[in-house]
Parts: sequence; C-alpha cells; structure tokens
Amino acid sequence: MRYLPLTSEDRTEMLSRIGVRHIDDLFADVPAATLRSPELPPGKSELEVERTLAQMAARNVPAGSVAFFVGCGAYRHHVPASVDHLIQRSEFLTSYTPYQPEIAQGTLQALFEFQTQVAMLTGMEVANASMYDGSTAAAEAVLMAHRITKRRKAVLAGNLHPHYRAAVETVSAMAADAIVALPPHPDGAAERFQIDAETSCVVVQFPDFYGHLPDLRAIAEQAHAAGALLVAVVTEIVSLGLLVSPGECGADIVAAEGQSLGNPLSFGGPYVGLFATRQKFVRQMPGRLAGGTVDADGRRAFVLTLSAREQHIRREKATSNICTSAGLCALAFSIHLSLLGEAGLKRLAHLNHARAVELADKLAAVPGIAVLNGHFFNEFTIRVPGNAAGTVEALAKRGVLGGVPVSRLEPQRPELTELMVVAATETSTAADCSAYAAALQEVLR
Amino acid sequence: MNRQARPAEFGAPIPADTFTGNRALDIEEALIFEVGRPEVTGVDLDTPAGFSPRLGSLERKSAIGLPGLSEPEAVRHYVRLSRKNYGIDTGMFPLGSCTMKHNPRLNERMARLPGFADIHPLQPLSTVPGALALLAELGRWLRELTGTAAVALSPKAGAHGELCGLMAIKAALAARSDARSIVLVPESAHGTNPASAALLGYRVETVPARSDGTVDPVEVEKHVSAEVAALMLTNPNTCGLFERDVHAIAAAVHRAGAFFYADGANFNAIAGKARPGDLGIDAMHLNLHKTFSTPHGGGGPGSGPVVFSAALAPFVPVPYLVSEAGGLRYVEHASQAEPGAGPFGRLTAFHGQMGMFVRAMSYMLAHGGDGMRQASEDAVLNANYVRAGLQDLISLPFGERPCMHEVLFDDRWLEGCGITTLDFAKAMIDEGYHPMTVYFPLVVHGAMLIEPTESESKASLDLFIATLRDLAMAAKRGDRARFVNAPRHAPRRRLDETRAARQPVLRWVQKSEVRSRKSESTDL
Amino acid sequence: MADVKYTRDHEWIRLDGDVGVVGITTYAQSQLGDVVYVELPAIGRRLEKGEEAAVVESVKAASEVYSPVGGEVVAVNDALEAAPALVNEDAEGKGWFLKLKVADPKQLDALMNAEEYQRYVETIA
Repeated sequence: MRYLPLTSEDRTEMLSRIGVRHIDDLFADVPAATLRSPELPPGKSELEVERTLAQMAARNVPAGSVAFFVGCGAYRHHVPASVDHLIQRSEFLTSYTPYQPEIAQGTLQALFEFQTQVAMLTGMEVANASMYDGSTAAAEAVLMAHRITKRRKAVLAGNLHPHYRAAVETVSAMAADAIVALPPHPDGAAERFQIDAETSCVVVQFPDFYGHLPDLRAIAEQAHAAGALLVAVVTEIVSLGLLVSPGECGADIVAAEGQSLGNPLSFGGPYVGLFATRQKFVRQMPGRLAGGTVDADGRRAFVLTLSAREQHIRREKATSNICTSAGLCALAFSIHLSLLGEAGLKRLAHLNHARAVELADKLAAVPGIAVLNGHFFNEFTIRVPGNAAGTVEALAKRGVLGGVPVSRLEPQRPELTELMVVAATETSTAADCSAYAAALQEVLR
Repeated sequence: MNRQARPAEFGAPIPADTFTGNRALDIEEALIFEVGRPEVTGVDLDTPAGFSPRLGSLERKSAIGLPGLSEPEAVRHYVRLSRKNYGIDTGMFPLGSCTMKHNPRLNERMARLPGFADIHPLQPLSTVPGALALLAELGRWLRELTGTAAVALSPKAGAHGELCGLMAIKAALAARSDARSIVLVPESAHGTNPASAALLGYRVETVPARSDGTVDPVEVEKHVSAEVAALMLTNPNTCGLFERDVHAIAAAVHRAGAFFYADGANFNAIAGKARPGDLGIDAMHLNLHKTFSTPHGGGGPGSGPVVFSAALAPFVPVPYLVSEAGGLRYVEHASQAEPGAGPFGRLTAFHGQMGMFVRAMSYMLAHGGDGMRQASEDAVLNANYVRAGLQDLISLPFGERPCMHEVLFDDRWLEGCGITTLDFAKAMIDEGYHPMTVYFPLVVHGAMLIEPTESESKASLDLFIATLRDLAMAAKRGDRARFVNAPRHAPRRRLDETRAARQPVLRWVQKSEVRSRKSESTDL
Repeated sequence: MADVKYTRDHEWIRLDGDVGVVGITTYAQSQLGDVVYVELPAIGRRLEKGEEAAVVESVKAASEVYSPVGGEVVAVNDALEAAPALVNEDAEGKGWFLKLKVADPKQLDALMNAEEYQRYVETIA
C-alpha cells in the first residue's frame, strides 16, 4: 500500500526484535472477541479514488459555473493564485502547532502578522491566533463577556445570523446562562435593547444578516452606561475595507468570520474565526496568542505566550477548551490580505459595494420586487411576491443562484417566507446581474 | 516540572558573521509591516465606475495601516518563513497523541475539485446532491469503523467534538429528568477533557491510575454514583496503553446510569482492528487531522466528528442526514427532526469542515478496510520497535510491557545528569528531528511520549533509535553542553518565554504610535 | 518582627495587629519557576480558610494560592502587576500577595512555624 513503507520482511524482522511472534501479540490487551475486520471495501488506487470522488463532485453545481449571488455568512471572492500555492508548501501544510518555537518561526511570525492585521482591520488593540469560525467565536465572546462582567445574561440583536444565534444559544443553554434573543427585523429599523444590571453583553452583527448597517456607536454607549459590553459580529470581513471599524465605534470584543479572504466556500468549512478585544481584557481572551521576544542570541523571535489561560495548563479553569484552531486558514487570510494591502482592500470593498448597488437597482426594477435596504455593503434583502424558497429553486433551474430564502434559516417564522438575502461580490459581472434580473422577471411572470 | 523559560546561560552566542545576518539558505525575514507599504498591492482590481455609495454615514474615514506587497515580494516573504518550519514532510515527527502521519497529496487535489471547493453551504440542496452523498458516505465509514449508530459531523475540532459529546449526554439526562453534576476523568486525561466538562457546568473528579498506568475498574466503581453524568476515557490512554478493563469500566459506568465518553485522539492504534462501539462507548470524537491524515496546518483546521451509541443517537445536534423512504433528508433545524429525535441544538454555522471531510474520505478510500487495519498494525509495530530499541537506556514508567501506537518514557534515567527532558528534546532538534511530546501526560515525571505512526520506514526508525541512543549515552556521560545549549543549529536558539509572558507583545505597533502601555515593549 | 506561619500548600502569613500579610514561600517560587503573572482578589472580598485567594502563573503552569486563614481582603500588592519577578526575588518580603483583616487569629495556631515548615519541605523535596 502506497502510504505504508514497511515490507513484510521488515515486519517479520521487527516482530522478532520486539520479541513477539505475531502482530496480534501486541494487541493482547484488546478483548479478543472485539478484534474484527471492518465491513468496508478494499483500498483503491489514486486513479480509482479520483474517479469515485470526481463523480461525486460532478453532481454539484459549482458557484463559478453560474450567475452566483449567495452570501449569508460565506462569500465568494477571488483568491489570488499565489495564496493556494503558498499554503501548500510542505512546511506550512504539514507542520504542527508551534510548541517548539525554534523550528516553527515560520508559523509563529505568520501568526503574529495575522494577529496584527486582524487588530488593525477591526480597530481593536489585540487579536488572537484564530478560532474555528465566526459563529463559535461569537459564542466564545459571550462567555468571555460573562467572565469579565461577572454577569450571565447576553442580549442578541434580532438581525444576528440565525446560525450564530443558535450556536450562542446552544452553548449558553448547556452552561445555564441566560439569552435574550430579539426577534428579527428585516426592515432594518433601529432596535431597542433592554440592557440592565444583569446584562453582560449585547451582540450585534455589522453589517447585519439582512444587510443593514446598525449604529454600533449608539449601542456601545447604551451598553457601557449599564456596565455591559458590546460584542460586534462581522460575517463579511471585506466590509471593513470601506466601513468604520467596530473598534472605532466602541466595541469591546469583535467576533468575525475571515473566510472571505484566502479561503474557498468549501460548503461551509474549514473557515477562520477572527477574535479581537481591548488590551485590558487580554487575559480573558480564549485561543492561542503569538508573542514577540528574543532568543539566546538576542535575535527577535516569536513564541506562543500567555498559555496559562489555556486548557493544557488550566484544564477545568481554562478560558476555553479550544486546542486546534484554524492555522492554515488564518495563514491563507493573512497572505491574501498582504497581497491586497490597504489600497487593494479598499478597492476590493468598493467593487463589492458598487456591484451590489448595481444589482439592487436592477432587481428593484423587476415588477413585484421590493428591496428592503436603503443602506448596505455587498448584501441586501428583497421581498418577492409569493414564496422566496420556490423563487430560488426556479432561478436555479435558469442558471442563477440568486440568494438564500430566509425561511431556510428561519423555518418557524412564516412572516419571513417572502424574503431572500442577496449578495454580490467582485466575482459577479454586470452581465450576471442583468441575467439575474431577467431570470427573476421570467420566474415571476 | 519544566522551569526553563529562559535561554540557557551556558555557551557563548553564535556570532552572525555575514553582512545580512543570513546563513546561506537560512534567511532572516522581516515582518510584512516592515517591508510592505499601504499603497502597494499585489492584486490588480478594476476601479468601479462612478456610482453613489449607500453606506449611510458609516464610511471609514481613518487609515487602517495595513501593508501591501507585490506578488514577488509576498511569495518570497512566505517562502522564506516556510523554510523556518519543520513539518511531517521534513522528517519524522514523533509527537505522542498527535498522530503526525503522512498527509497524502491526493487529498489536497480532491478537496480542490470545484464541485467540493466552490459550493456554498446555503445554495439550494437540490444543487449539491454530491455533497450530501459525501456526508452520507463519510458517516457510513465512520460508523462502521467505530461500530456505532449515529454521527455528528459538524464539530470543528477534537475539543469541539468533546463539547458535542458531553452536550448530547447532558441532553439525554435532561430528557429523563436526571440532571447530574459530576464528570469523571482519569489523571492522565488531556486538558481539553476537564475544560470541556467545566464549560458545561460539571464538576470534574479525577480517577487515579493503577501503578501500571491504566484505570482500575474498582476505582471507577468507587467513584460512580447517581451524581455522575459521564466518565471520559481515552483508549488507548495517553500513556500509550490499552485500557484492558474497558468492558468492566463500561459496565460500572452504565450500571450507575452514567454515560461512557471516549476521547478518540488515539484511535490510530485500533482503527480497522477493533471497534470502540463493541467496547461499550456511548460517544466518541474522532480527530480527522490525526487518524485520518488531514493536514495539521501549523495549528488547524481540524475536524472532530462524534459517533454515538443508540442511546445517544436521538440527541445528535443539527445538521445531520436522516435516511428515509424517499432517500436522504438533511435536517438543519430542530423543527425538521424526525419523530423520536430531540437534537440538543446547533454547535456551529453551516455543516462542518467539508474540506477535511473530502480529505478524510480520500484517505479512507485509498486504504479501504484492510488498509486501515494494516496502518494501525504498523503504527503499533513501529512504536514497539522504538520501545525495544531504547528501553535498556531510557526508563519506562510502567515496565517493559508492550505499548500500543505510542511509547511513554519518563526522566528517571536522567537523574543526576543535570539534564532535563526539555534539554533532551532540544538536542533532538539539532539532530534534525522534531521532539516528541514532552511533559504530557502529567502522571509521570518529565514525560517523553513518542508516536512514530505507520508512515515511518524501518530505515527511518533505525536512524531515529540510533540517534536517541547516542543522545542518551551522551546525557549519561554528563556531556551537558550538547543539551543545555541546544538547539544550536535551528533558525533560532532557545527563546526567552518569561519575557514573552511578562511583557506581552502581541502585535506590531507603528513606532510613532508607541503609547505608554503598561507591560508592553515595542523594542523588538 | 511578627512571627511568620506556614501552610502545607506553601503559603505564609505574618500577623501585624489584626492584619495578616500573605504570600507564597521561597520554596514555592523555586518550584514554579519564573512568575509571569499573579491574579489577585478584589479588595473587600471575604475569604474562608483554605479558599482559593489568588492564582500565580509561570510560563508553563498556573497554581492556586489558598487563604491560610479566614478574613477580609484589605489590600493587594499592586507592584506585582508590573513586576511579577518580585515573587521570585523576594517571595517572603516584597513579593507579598495580599493583606487580610483576620477574622479569628487563633486559626494561625494550627499552622506551622518556620522550623516545622523547613522540616516539612525537606520531607517532600
């Protein structure tokens, strides 16, 4: 077998050196009755594996093959060719968590750079070396807010991504913490939060699930006045190339999804959670941290630090149980952002917004369609006459993946069945937008 | 106890005698913030035609400060960084409990097929039947390998899987109005075990090990009660030994109405050879980035699917696939669950680490059932071969008995040498090896946990054994300089970790921005 | 100079009137290695004898520090935030952690004196 270097001669010799007769002698402690071969097919050659998996893959409609406008927390952006090439370098791909810093300076310096980029982008003072994704980062942010304020109730804005809301609710229910989840308000009217002396944090998505741009500053002021924290959630990180950063608006913790930069859609994972906060909260922050120091020769070097917060040292008193995070995805994010730079990111964000504006105007011109957003970045909500899920399926048959029907994520809210969320990025062309409008018009006839 | 957080005081600094400070192919590389500039970009993008923005008053007015690099500069920067890293592709990576096996490159090609990489988690399910088929096939293989009834694919890493398993247990207990408050964990458990339990509000109680390093069912019997929700066990355990009394342990746990959670980090010892489901487990997380060869990537991404017994199957979190008369149905919300099912909630957005699922599937298809068994046998054979080659020189805490896929040594053999486990590990770096796991598990002093995996050839193992023998004999001879100055040849020598923790510098800061922040130094 | 008493968990307490100064012993810091951070309790907190009062972190470990007697926290050593190394340099002097208004001074009678503690350390070292 191509991945197993031992020959049967090797095995015989090694068994003899060990002093046993048969390999099963080394499995003597396993209850004999449970030793059994699995009922699974025999191994395949590379050619056969490729054939099998390519057949499976071919049954799916890739985003690049159609006019594509699907967002809701995962966005299709163009990833430069060198990003994927660089992350496949053996020393990045097959290295481990950098616990031996002398032979892991590549990973550690890249993480230090990543942490700095994330802090700059979010307008915060310090960021960690990544979380699994935006939704689990949001859940961890709530737990962190509880630790800091010593309160155990979180208020979730109504327009938080329903999956993010569910992830926070699931963890909180199990930890017996309280959640007040406000109902969705797709029209984007400003929300009224009840923040009292038991509230540890308010969690607000920016831009929100329906594409609106909430006033984070006002919410931060309200939260702080009550001794609570503002957790800002960002699912489309490219938006911060154009929009004011949550840090500048007074956010205390930012939990974001970094997938948009460097990482493909990949049916939902692996992605990369970005986590940033104020310097004074750094000891309550979960996840790994790369820090600067010097080596025995006085040369600058990087090392994982403040580890006493983490599970391998604090065990049941750790800030989180997280061990493996999103290393290679964080690297991809960092490489893409280094290639873009500030000028490139701004231009990318402009392109996204411009395309979305163009699309919104074209769709608004389709009879029966209403665009709910006055303001948005690259994503907005439309109301269709009838059932949005049916409309999305009909569009798909015409070669347009037009968005996400809200009912897919909010199946128990009949009042939202006419709504769908539509995203446009730099990968959508003007022709795609026109094709969408034309197909929609046809579908609604 | 490792106390050497500061570089050794012995040995003169090794002078950099070149103009650049470079040493041929070992090239010093600055930070992107020092070489990049905000106005430079390595990505050409159109300038959008005139349009009116619709951002309200929320347009960013201040600079972000991000540096940009042209493509050649970026490629050089990251290539140079990569060369300072050791990976599995560089050489043997004997980290115990991490299973650093070869990462097949076919996996990377498969994961990049557009039909897997370029599909959105929320595009209509009717447009991704191949993705659902992959989830179903992966689930089928994992259930067959583990002998279990149900699987949750969404957890993003092993620790996340532990949380998932414990949440299902908590939900099952709640469903029968039997809320319990304690989780039992052996002394040798990985830190994520008690951390996961504590996150859910459980009190953690430790079960001591026997003198042979395994869990005593009599001790388990003493500790279980109507207050115990679960026992979390790793099998083989973190000492590399199979818990031979697992049936009795499972029975004791079940008799008390508690659940048996298994940490699957060490599944590489028995995958394809024995099924944990047959050993009485109720839930077990698998690490696709360990047993199933998905790459470690310098710290992730991982993937931690959890398999469940029939008792816990009703509580599997969304999303999951259910087999019905018409075929497969994907349940994404509790309201869509089939009769009798009570998913405990949703752990994460979307579906799980699809990119890792494709890689793991590619690995499993390549091996087949028989190949998985052979891989586990070779893993166990290799670890015992290393043990046999070293046990006369390096002390085994539990005597000269067979181990499973990893062998645990302690530091008793170093007594009186003035050399610690850490020093020994650093000297291995100079020999071209990544050190083994050190100081874990905590149940022995100065632990050295070696897991060669099935990917090492006999020649590779022979060289490894010979090298460690040479080091061990040098240590016993008192050749301290070779150890306390190590590593001497790596891109960096030992780091001042005390300084890193006392004066944390967690990001680059523009020199003009230096404020008087407490305990922060920017003179890096 | 008031008598110093010691616990089996390597804390010391020096009573000055009804206020006890508490820290960890020179032996304890030698076992921990370089101290990088000390998490101290809030002023006003009431502690029982044996309750977790503080956490001392080194690079690779974190240890709980338990209150040798019951009392109310009246002061903490702010100098430790900027200079945790004080715990290594002078654990039983400048590296003190907190001051307690001792509820029941008789609780100190159950603790070890310097000689008893020294003998205790010899048995475990």
